[in-house]
Amino acid sequence: MSGLMRVDGFEVAFEPGQTVMDAALAAGVYIPHLCHNPEFTPHGSCRLCLVNINGRHVSACTTPAQDGIEVENNSHELITRRRLLLKLLFIEGNHVCPGCEKSGACQLQAVAYQCGMLAPEFVHFYPLRDVDASHAETIIDFNRCILCELCVRASRDSDKKSIFSISGRGINAHLTINSPSGKLGDSSFSADDRAAEVCPVGAILPKHTGYNVPIGQRLYDNEPISKVGDVDAVENRK
Amino acid sequence: MPEDNVQQSTDLLIKQWKNNPANLLQILVELQQQFQHIPQPSIETLSSELNITQGQIAAVISFYSFLHSQPDANYSILFSDNIIDQMQSSHDRAEQLASELSCKLGQISEDGIVRVGFTACIGMSDQGPAALVNGFTLTSITSERVTQIAQLIKQKKPIANWPAEWFAVKANIRRPDSLLKTEFKSGQAIKNALQQGSQAVLENLSASGLRGCGGAGFKTASKWGFCAQADQTVRVVVCNADEGEPGTFKDRLLLQQYADQLFEGMTVCAATIGAAQGFLYLRGEYRYMLAGLEKTLEQRRLSNLLGNNIAGQKGFDFDIQIHMGAGAYICGEESALIESLEGKRGIPRNRPPFPVTNGYLNRPTVVNNVETLVLAAMITEHGAEWFNHQGTEESAGTKLFSISGDCEKPGIYEYPFGVTVNQLLEDCGATEVQAVQVGGPSGQFIPPAEFNRKLAFEDLATGGSFMVFNASRNLLDVIQNFSAFFQHESCGFCTPCRVGTSLLVKQLDKVMVGHATTRDLEYIKTIGTLMKESSHCGLGATAANPLLDSLRRFPLIYKARLRSTGFEPSFDVDASLEEARQVTGRTDAGAHLPGGGV
Repeated sequence: MSGLMRVDGFEVAFEPGQTVMDAALAAGVYIPHLCHNPEFTPHGSCRLCLVNINGRHVSACTTPAQDGIEVENNSHELITRRRLLLKLLFIEGNHVCPGCEKSGACQLQAVAYQCGMLAPEFVHFYPLRDVDASHAETIIDFNRCILCELCVRASRDSDKKSIFSISGRGINAHLTINSPSGKLGDSSFSADDRAAEVCPVGAILPKHTGYNVPIGQRLYDNEPISKVGDVDAVENRK
Repeated sequence: MPEDNVQQSTDLLIKQWKNNPANLLQILVELQQQFQHIPQPSIETLSSELNITQGQIAAVISFYSFLHSQPDANYSILFSDNIIDQMQSSHDRAEQLASELSCKLGQISEDGIVRVGFTACIGMSDQGPAALVNGFTLTSITSERVTQIAQLIKQKKPIANWPAEWFAVKANIRRPDSLLKTEFKSGQAIKNALQQGSQAVLENLSASGLRGCGGAGFKTASKWGFCAQADQTVRVVVCNADEGEPGTFKDRLLLQQYADQLFEGMTVCAATIGAAQGFLYLRGEYRYMLAGLEKTLEQRRLSNLLGNNIAGQKGFDFDIQIHMGAGAYICGEESALIESLEGKRGIPRNRPPFPVTNGYLNRPTVVNNVETLVLAAMITEHGAEWFNHQGTEESAGTKLFSISGDCEKPGIYEYPFGVTVNQLLEDCGATEVQAVQVGGPSGQFIPPAEFNRKLAFEDLATGGSFMVFNASRNLLDVIQNFSAFFQHESCGFCTPCRVGTSLLVKQLDKVMVGHATTRDLEYIKTIGTLMKESSHCGLGATAANPLLDSLRRFPLIYKARLRSTGFEPSFDVDASLEEARQVTGRTDAGAHLPGGGV
């Protein structure tokens, strides 16, 4: 079914099969998100794209667009909620922006700026997590993983390798690698994999290059993510 | 554990489960039972035979509490950690057992023989303290029994040779009504259904007003109707016997004594929606019932009430397979249950599509609670009037309640919907009641001022858990137990539930040790509300209920513990200077910060 919906009062047309997120992205209406990438099956886990449709809070990335619906997106209430979700993501991992190669081109950081998050507010969990530098071309810093499962989906659906999985449950859920030692270097991962490109944060990074782009010229340094778009869309899917 | 033994068992299980990757979890559960863990060679074989990566198999193992990738002890004794079992001295018993066996609580003994630990509610709070020994249920564990258990373990006596009465699970029916009292004739409901046709069965169910008994209360006739209309020919009936809500044990009774009715209800559903495949998803904690249930299924096959051409109806082929859960509360959520049935991690699915159109292996699937299916059989046999002559306008018929806690007669009570909290309390012999938890931790915490409220979808909706706490109890202990439960059971998929459940536990700990301020209570409300409104599924949406409810209804239990400062750091500044004081050898007043630095 195609038709028209309204997002914060603006008319947005949609095609059959599109979600609220698909239609909004296509129309240039920004709905904050982290685990969503239009190339992959919608996931709905980060909950940042929470919108209000007829009094119900739903994730825009998993909700089919429907004719005539009114979608509340950029309201004070929803932005406050997203800010809280972002704080939870920041305290859950170990995100040290000033020392991170991805700083300035990181979606977590950019969405946090977009939503006006100033400080994590809650007590940090400071989990003990490893860095996996076993692969020749790519490094994984689990401290920064936000469990968006984009690498899981990319490796499974695009690369047909299923190298990544989520193991454990609850707060112990963590990214794991399918190899005898559990290390990336022992897996069939290649730097050319789609999974090497899709990480929205600095968890999966190329080796042998670092801090090439000076601060001030990085992706989100001069314009917000709502205007620039996702890292993957800008850098890999030109 | 000889290696060829492992290989042989793995091959046999793969064959027995038809080389079907959807049966992965069932194979893992059986391997765990046989070898106290999933041996690495099994994982390798499963990976190549079922075409699932080893990483994915490891991910499944790590999701379920009862599966282990490292060998568990020969005797693994897990005490039920529901608050009600705690009130029945479960922690004392566990400590006693650990001490008599000279092992540390929660750890495998050095010789690998024994592990004494805890697990989420095992559905025995009317006869606690209870525990699972290698998956089998021990009830009413007294101090003397602990000593006897310790002796048998020291003698290395196989649990198959332990006294049978230790494993006896009492029915504890305290107040039967129409469901528990009315006679049932095996096969009659199926005959009625086949005679009347689908439309008539649905109309009768609809007229009866039957709603899902798991707690959500969706109209059963509508669910069946939607599934029957879905445009696919292969349909599935699933019975949700993952009774995991702490304090609930009414399905235990039905599975133990009314299994024939249950399977009849599933078969009536199959006849109505046109399903050929049925599953009973039985929680791992109810393993002790598996043999009996298999026997009932076999009897029904012999009576031509399952299998091909059921009840003489040509072409009506339907059978039921039992799938075991493995210790994951989230699998009671219907779409997580379906994922688990498919052998995966129990992560709730995105909806739409709903299970009625895209369920097990994408087939249209009805998932109903045990009680709902038993009632569906009885309603099809005895008519809508038999059910709906009792109850209230929106909640027809009767409901089973599992009553436990501070009362003289814990057990199963069947009442017409609309009965008051007061009535239940009076009948179960509860006095000086401080609060009642209705519907389990995800339900509501009710103070005495609201004891005149009715148990019905119009007022207090419930899946049946009813836990009583008298004036001697510290309600914060109850809330802490519930919050820890949700932290343990969160699947970890979505941000608010994964992080929120842990954050709430931390915030509550701060209250418990007397370090919290009013600001911390505000944080609890903020996080709880966020979880309620932004979580992916019902677990996250209700996980903060115990805290939010008690803050609203019992504010004083918190206020008594608060510090009067406006701000309280998350650590004690003075205590953190201790190391520096020791290094410098200073003990003078200047090296201390009075009041912890606040």
